[in-house]
Amino acid sequence: MTMQNTDQSRRKFLGTSAAAVAGVTIAPGVLLHTPAQARPVDQPATSAQRWGILIDTNQCDAGCNDCVTACQSENGWGSNETKSSPEQQAEWIRKVELKDPNTGYKQSLPVMCQHCETPPCVDVCPTGASMKRADGIVLVDKHICIGCRYCMMACPYKARSFIHETLTDQKTVAPRGKGTVESCTMCVHRVDDGGTPACVEACPGKNGKAMVFGDLNDPNSEISQRLKQYGGKQIRADLGLNPGVRYQGI
Amino acid sequence: MKKPVLREVNDSMGFYALLALFGAIILIALGATYYMEHNGHWVTGMNNQIVWGMPHVFALFLIIAASGALNVSSIASVFGRYQYKPISPLSTVLAAALLLGGLMVLVLDLGRPDRLIVAMTYYNFKSIFAWNIILYNGFLAILVVYLWTQLDQTKNKYSKLAGFVAFFWRLILTTGTGSIFGFLVARQGYDAAIMAPMFIIMSFAFGLAVFMLVMFGAYKWTQRPLGDAIVRRLKNLLGVFIGAVLYFTLVFHLTNLYATEHHGVERFILMDGGIYTTLFWWGHFVIGGLVPLALLYLPQTGMKRSMIALASVLVILGGMAQLYVIIIGGQAYPLEMFPGMEVTSSFFDGVVGTYSPTLAETLLGIGGFAIAMLLVTFVARVLRLLPESLADDVVDPHHSKADA
Amino acid sequence: MSFRRSIAGLPLIMAGLLALPLSTQAGDPPQVAKGKGDACVEPTDVMRRDHMDFLMHQRDDTMRQGIRTKKYSLNECLECHVQPDESGEVARIDSPDHFCSTCHTYAAVKVDCFECHSDLPKSMNKAAYKHKLTGDDMHHAGIQHEDISKGMLDAIVAGGESK
Repeated sequence: MTMQNTDQSRRKFLGTSAAAVAGVTIAPGVLLHTPAQARPVDQPATSAQRWGILIDTNQCDAGCNDCVTACQSENGWGSNETKSSPEQQAEWIRKVELKDPNTGYKQSLPVMCQHCETPPCVDVCPTGASMKRADGIVLVDKHICIGCRYCMMACPYKARSFIHETLTDQKTVAPRGKGTVESCTMCVHRVDDGGTPACVEACPGKNGKAMVFGDLNDPNSEISQRLKQYGGKQIRADLGLNPGVRYQGI
Repeated sequence: MKKPVLREVNDSMGFYALLALFGAIILIALGATYYMEHNGHWVTGMNNQIVWGMPHVFALFLIIAASGALNVSSIASVFGRYQYKPISPLSTVLAAALLLGGLMVLVLDLGRPDRLIVAMTYYNFKSIFAWNIILYNGFLAILVVYLWTQLDQTKNKYSKLAGFVAFFWRLILTTGTGSIFGFLVARQGYDAAIMAPMFIIMSFAFGLAVFMLVMFGAYKWTQRPLGDAIVRRLKNLLGVFIGAVLYFTLVFHLTNLYATEHHGVERFILMDGGIYTTLFWWGHFVIGGLVPLALLYLPQTGMKRSMIALASVLVILGGMAQLYVIIIGGQAYPLEMFPGMEVTSSFFDGVVGTYSPTLAETLLGIGGFAIAMLLVTFVARVLRLLPESLADDVVDPHHSKADA
Repeated sequence: MSFRRSIAGLPLIMAGLLALPLSTQAGDPPQVAKGKGDACVEPTDVMRRDHMDFLMHQRDDTMRQGIRTKKYSLNECLECHVQPDESGEVARIDSPDHFCSTCHTYAAVKVDCFECHSDLPKSMNKAAYKHKLTGDDMHHAGIQHEDISKGMLDAIVAGGESK
């Protein structure tokens, strides 16, 4: 035990001092594979950040499905549920087509877990498996999910899926299995590594990206700047859930 | 006044036949569960749109009825109606049995029933579901104590206190069950405070209907006398409860109809929801409401045992229809994410959800009833539960034939 | 026979059933697959006794707080202990040759991890590995392997482009 403790504190010391050194004296590029803003691996996520995604529907092409396919190949859903009916198959993110019946005006936009500040799924979960991380990412802890599906009843965005069959060949970064509920993780494994969610990365947009990922708590981040300048709407703002995913043009 | 004597039922072919019958149904249900759990829920009709299906209709019916099955005990202990006292222990046992049956169905439908221990050890106290786990377990514990005070002469003096505790607990319990839906802000079909009191009234009707059938069965098969005095009181009570359920349903839908934002879902349930509209009008309103009311109150049928039993059966069927409409109809109506827009997607946004229950999930639900009935049969054999006679002079010494 | 008498016999039958597993004798202890490194993160006896606690603790830290240290990470266990054999095949979790299965089958303790987690190390995640025990037809009945490998290739390409 003592060895382990020493080892941990040594790692922690090295980690923090490395970050400090990198931040103060050396160019960020020195920290080889991790970008400068990445949190050290031994540090917990904190409420200093609140991760969010801004989706500009004016830039979103109705024929484009790139965010969905990127999510599928990143997280391994969409091809390994062979027995489930289409109604039973999981969808972490989907393209929704809107049409105003009065004017015929059409829009296209991706909808996924909206990562609410006060998520109804977290409120209703009996075991606490449905959870929100300190940095605002809403996740299912499949270790203690009992598969009651109450969160799916509670979610206003239809963002969650239940796994109806035994799965094999999951991605290492996205464990998923029979009898538990899952949804968009905002690619938490990438975010922890200082990266960007796969959908945002893959989005080609019409003239420039339709999706921006960033820290809503940082007033200088691109997402905050854009929101400040052009505003952003919430789906079902009437519920007061303050989602982390915002839309422009709806 | 003759003192009611409680006596266990005798060993008989009938008793073993009942045990065998219920046991067989339970085995079939367990087989169905194994099939569902082994394969995963893809073998059921449930999907990512209709996430709660037939097992939940059965489970909620049983849990709601459990609370109502305690009516007779509550009336005796809390409201001091001594006429109900002899039959009270049966009411207490039936309440516990129905609750266990319902919980079994609920638990066996979980995606991970093997993690039941997790449900018992990890609590999120903001979840009404977690509260219900405590309420259900607490109710069972209270019922055991209550039954003890009812059956042990030396503990009889505590039965009033235990009865009070059980009465309030079951009101909270059914409030909790109704709130499972009442608290769902996201869905058009739910999110209404009236859900909780409506579920309490439903519990009164469903529970009493089950109780009367069990009482009729027990007294017929053990050939013990059952007088009209107790039957008449209970059937009148059942009539009042059926009326109250219809009243609450009316208020619920009228309130929704007044608000334009709810017109879509109301139109769906009441007019063009297909199976849900049929079940609402024919199942809940006619079969579960008007017909039993007529059977119970018309002079030609009102005092016939067979007709009262039929009315009870119809209340149960109507109740199942009502829960089907609430639970499954409420999910089938699409979530309104973009009001005023036509919505389409690969994930069935903007489309009425489809659900066709399979045999396995229905068998699991029926198994819940079988568990409850098996427990009652078993307890009636091992405990001195049922009065030897419920003839009029035992139930009510002031009773005279002239009243009948 | 009265009903009361017949339930009185129940405990005896139950006791008899419970005693059954005790009467079977254990065979030789299993040989687990060696890791590719020199030593594990803890001495062998510690790992034998406490690996589940390490994993459990790490699981909550990673899941709930995003702490992604490698020392007790399940992925790191797989990275080291799940290796292709001479013929280039990798034992999957349903084969007794899989590192975890060897002991867990022996001790008759169910491993729940791989209901959700991949049983392959991340480095092998993107290649379609054959099943050592069952071959690939049985286990993936209905899956088109070409499709999967194409999807995986695409993913690799996409991953490469993003770096």
